[in-house]
Amino acid sequence: MSGVILNRRKLLLGSAALGSSLALSGCNQFDFLGQRGNPVRQALEQANVLTYRAQRALIGDQVLAREYSASEIRQGMKPNGSTEPTTPEYMFLRMQNFSQYKLTIKGMVEREVSFSLDELRNMPSRSQITRHDCVEGWSCIAKWTGTALGPVLDMAGVKPEARYCVYHCYDNIQKTLSGDIFYYESSDLVDAYHPQTILSYGLNDAVLPVSNGAPVRLRIERALGYKQPKYLHTIELVDDLTPFGRGKGGYWPDSGYDWYGGI
Amino acid sequence: MSEQSAPPPAKGPLIYRQSIFTRLTHWTWALCLFFLLLSGLQIFNAHPALYIGQQSGFEFDNAVLEIGAVNSPQGPRGQTTVFGQTFDTTGVLGMSGSVEQPQFTGFPGAVTIPSYRDLGTGRVVHFFFGWIFVAALFIWFLASFINGHLRRDILPKGADISGLPADVIDHARFRFHHRRTYSPLQKLSYFSIFFVLFPLIILTGLTMSPGMDAAWPWLLDVFGGRQTARTIHFGVMVLLVLFFIVHIIMVLLAGPLNELRSMITGWYRTSPGTPAEQGDKP
Repeated sequence: MSGVILNRRKLLLGSAALGSSLALSGCNQFDFLGQRGNPVRQALEQANVLTYRAQRALIGDQVLAREYSASEIRQGMKPNGSTEPTTPEYMFLRMQNFSQYKLTIKGMVEREVSFSLDELRNMPSRSQITRHDCVEGWSCIAKWTGTALGPVLDMAGVKPEARYCVYHCYDNIQKTLSGDIFYYESSDLVDAYHPQTILSYGLNDAVLPVSNGAPVRLRIERALGYKQPKYLHTIELVDDLTPFGRGKGGYWPDSGYDWYGGI
Repeated sequence: MSEQSAPPPAKGPLIYRQSIFTRLTHWTWALCLFFLLLSGLQIFNAHPALYIGQQSGFEFDNAVLEIGAVNSPQGPRGQTTVFGQTFDTTGVLGMSGSVEQPQFTGFPGAVTIPSYRDLGTGRVVHFFFGWIFVAALFIWFLASFINGHLRRDILPKGADISGLPADVIDHARFRFHHRRTYSPLQKLSYFSIFFVLFPLIILTGLTMSPGMDAAWPWLLDVFGGRQTARTIHFGVMVLLVLFFIVHIIMVLLAGPLNELRSMITGWYRTSPGTPAEQGDKP
């Protein structure tokens, strides 16, 4: 019996010690990992390169993201990030219902080309009911209609040295003292040529609304939401992402998010 | 009770119990699970709600957990809703920190990495340790299959099932036997960790990856959708935290020095009366 009492006392002491050590272990001693450019953080970031390579090796380039049935569309597409760009250029286009809008393909291409919204709508179209996964953790299913990006790129003629597409957008997602920061994103050519990668101008059988990226939003269905740039105006073919923004290949990657965004 | 019988030796033999693979992976997991838990809570805080199904209901309700803050006549309060039941969780969930500087996050900064809101960094930390965690599990399974640890110590056998009631009573009375092999309860716990909880938390984690859902669409069917997978991922985390607490209590009760030694050097002191075998030390 005495052994039992002793052990119960030990148990109480043990749990008290455990509880207090847990309460004391506030985690700000790991806040240095939040500093962009910290060498330890840079070492940890290599895991994202591994994830990218592993997923590229594992997932066939043409493998599709799941498409859902119409009954799975149970709500409107939740708008997130920029929902109403305020630059004069965008507001002007919007006022004219985007009739003056041009999507430009430039950079490492045989010929720079531009397409109006009507020209894009007259290209072969594709509709897909897919799940949009936000990096925050939520998901939303919606029907996206547009034209595949691959054939559009082929009309410009992508040069063999091109490795990435940089997607330039109209939305001034961040206003700073030194001017507006515009949203941009980028992808490799596997994602750019993926059959579900579309320049979407329609959402849930209606015209793509401003809050979801009108007039054109890119869909890269095997990646998170921040890889689906809204208010797209220019696609630039490049072999290096460092000249853009802070050099990480996108607005969110520039602020510490992984570039690939497939996980 | 015969007077001629020799007194039992004060100590049982010292046995070599834990292979180098078991010890190295054990401490690797301890480190990984610490960082995975705290960075995982950071990621959760970016959208502190859990749902059942493929998507998150914004215009319909499929939430099973929601943490947030609400205004009340007494000022803002932290509030948690679980399966439709709402609780005031001010100070812990939804709202924490001091009265002067309240912090409106799901889990408080004391249990997240970083301590402030930074989803990008949480993800960097989480995926780094996720890779290490999975690599260690792969090494452990391979080594344990080859060296017999799996068959000998982890997979429960008929005798373990029949010995379970007695073992439960022994544990409830804090009577621990330091035998050559694990007790039935130990086997069952480690078996559930390695064959249920660890695979579940890895696979539900992968189900949250849109890339992996394209590669392995069965993930979505097995777990009933990406949002259900996220909820299961969270639930398994809670079970692993419970396991950790019980694990530490058991180490403290069963003799922390002997238990720590076995997980550092591999050598474990058995209870008096344990028959010695070749390879033991006195």
